[in-house]
Amino acid sequence: MLNEFDLSALIVTLKLAAVSTAILLLLGTPLAWWLSRTHCKLKALLEALIALPLVLPPTVLGFYLLIALGSNGPLGQISQWISGQPLAFTFAGLVVGSVIYSLPFVVQPLQNAFSSIGSRPIEVAATLGATPVDRFFTVALPLARTGFVTAAVLGFAHTVGEFGVVLMIGGSIPGETQVLSIAIYDHVEALEYGNAHWLAGGLLLASFITLVVVYSLNRRFSLFRGSE
Amino acid sequence: MSIECRLKTVRPNFSLDVDLSISLKGITAIFGPSGSGKTTLLRALAGLEKNNGYLKVGEVIWESESHFLPTHLRSIGYVFQEPSLFQHLSVRGNIEYGYKRSKISNQSVMEKAIELLQIDHLLNRKADELSGGERQRVAIARALSCAPGILLMDEPLASLGEKHKKEILPFLELLHAKLDIPIIYVTHSVDEAAYLADQLILLDKGRVSASGEIAEMLTRLDLTLSHGERAASLIQAIVGDYDENYKLTYIDFSGGQFTVPRKQLSKGDRVRIRIEARDVSLTIHQQSETSILNILPVIVDEIADEGDAQVLVKLRVGNDLLLSCITRKSAQQLDLKVGKKLYAQIKSVALLS
Repeated sequence: MLNEFDLSALIVTLKLAAVSTAILLLLGTPLAWWLSRTHCKLKALLEALIALPLVLPPTVLGFYLLIALGSNGPLGQISQWISGQPLAFTFAGLVVGSVIYSLPFVVQPLQNAFSSIGSRPIEVAATLGATPVDRFFTVALPLARTGFVTAAVLGFAHTVGEFGVVLMIGGSIPGETQVLSIAIYDHVEALEYGNAHWLAGGLLLASFITLVVVYSLNRRFSLFRGSE
Repeated sequence: MSIECRLKTVRPNFSLDVDLSISLKGITAIFGPSGSGKTTLLRALAGLEKNNGYLKVGEVIWESESHFLPTHLRSIGYVFQEPSLFQHLSVRGNIEYGYKRSKISNQSVMEKAIELLQIDHLLNRKADELSGGERQRVAIARALSCAPGILLMDEPLASLGEKHKKEILPFLELLHAKLDIPIIYVTHSVDEAAYLADQLILLDKGRVSASGEIAEMLTRLDLTLSHGERAASLIQAIVGDYDENYKLTYIDFSGGQFTVPRKQLSKGDRVRIRIEARDVSLTIHQQSETSILNILPVIVDEIADEGDAQVLVKLRVGNDLLLSCITRKSAQQLDLKVGKKLYAQIKSVALLS
């Protein structure tokens, strides 16, 4: 069964995933909207930057984050100036890492959803007197809702599953930075296979159920609806 | 009121360069082959495309060198080629979308649009539960519900099948008759233009090649509109008496009277009559022993060749114009000259309303 440390790891994990997902949606939405509409030359560059975590080993990302978030790094110094301590080995640091690590999993589905709407509904809204902000909230957002479900679930699940980055910048402090994936690793290291089974099996089941729900939702809100 | 418009757009394979004045009265058709820039011009009027140019509507400047009024601030309704209804809203939601954002519209404008397009029974449906024709009717009602100053229509019938086209046309005619909103109507169909338009602007390769009153434009021999198989003239007329004995209706116009076998017309109604050039033959003397009822005195206005064997004759009848397509041989035998007085025998007339 779950011991006290496992339970706190579960809570930290859920908190981290929830906070990261919320930030990711807030950041990713305008970013994806801009990417789906722009013809700017910087687009390819930005898209490549966002997609980097897909191909980089998490340890590479984690290494650079460790340096950036540490007491000598730029983000670490800003944080020290504001709160008196660097970001590395803190929950806030984990959030920063997770947001960067999971960014492509949120931006890409959103960008696809916005692109598939096309410019026509937005133009229609403009001719009906809707301001740009109004058009975004009353036309683009509702039409892209499946994209939001996918983005939120993928962002959340990917944050729950991250290991390499957390290992580098988190430091496995129980109740603060020790997440499930690290807890499993620690159990295996200590040869506590029973505990590892509980956590690993739980994650497996939860992930599977989540994906089943997403896929069945996506079928209902098919993107291909409305074509004649 | 009118639109003053000078627009210039240069794109890799296309350029638009127009300088025109569109009178905001009735329906103005922008006519031209595909790729002539009709849609680009209409989109420019709506502010959906940015061009370098000058655009003044009534007394308000919409575009100049230093100023660009964005689409949502222009008092327009826009009907796209495809109905483009919002999929996430019901029919009612679609129609209310513009109405809620309009500063000048009110409930009665919206209700009138719904009534005019006969869509009240569809209001609670989803957009994807409608037929193509119903969808386009909803799209037109949606555009009307914000009480626009101008209604811009981009080939609203082009995406529809023949059956749905016939379903929508009467509604468009109704808009013309019942509402006081000027309409700019992009089309590549002469029939639609003849059916609906008061003014016609001819666009070719991004330039305005001619513009003017529809009946005059259709009979201008220097334009391609008056040539070819379906060349026809258009006459505005008023329904007169009904002959109960023969079941015939008389229709009055500036040059006399037409007789047509048709009942359901109410006296005093305005109708459009379309007469194909090949249905009009010419005689020097008025024939009396003939089955043709519609014989009118005409004066030759202009003559032009139509292929090798035929000539196209433009005729004046009262204040109206007729086209007649006859052989070159007949023209010689009749000794046709500009100013010559003749009789036109009209085999068939089509009522467009």
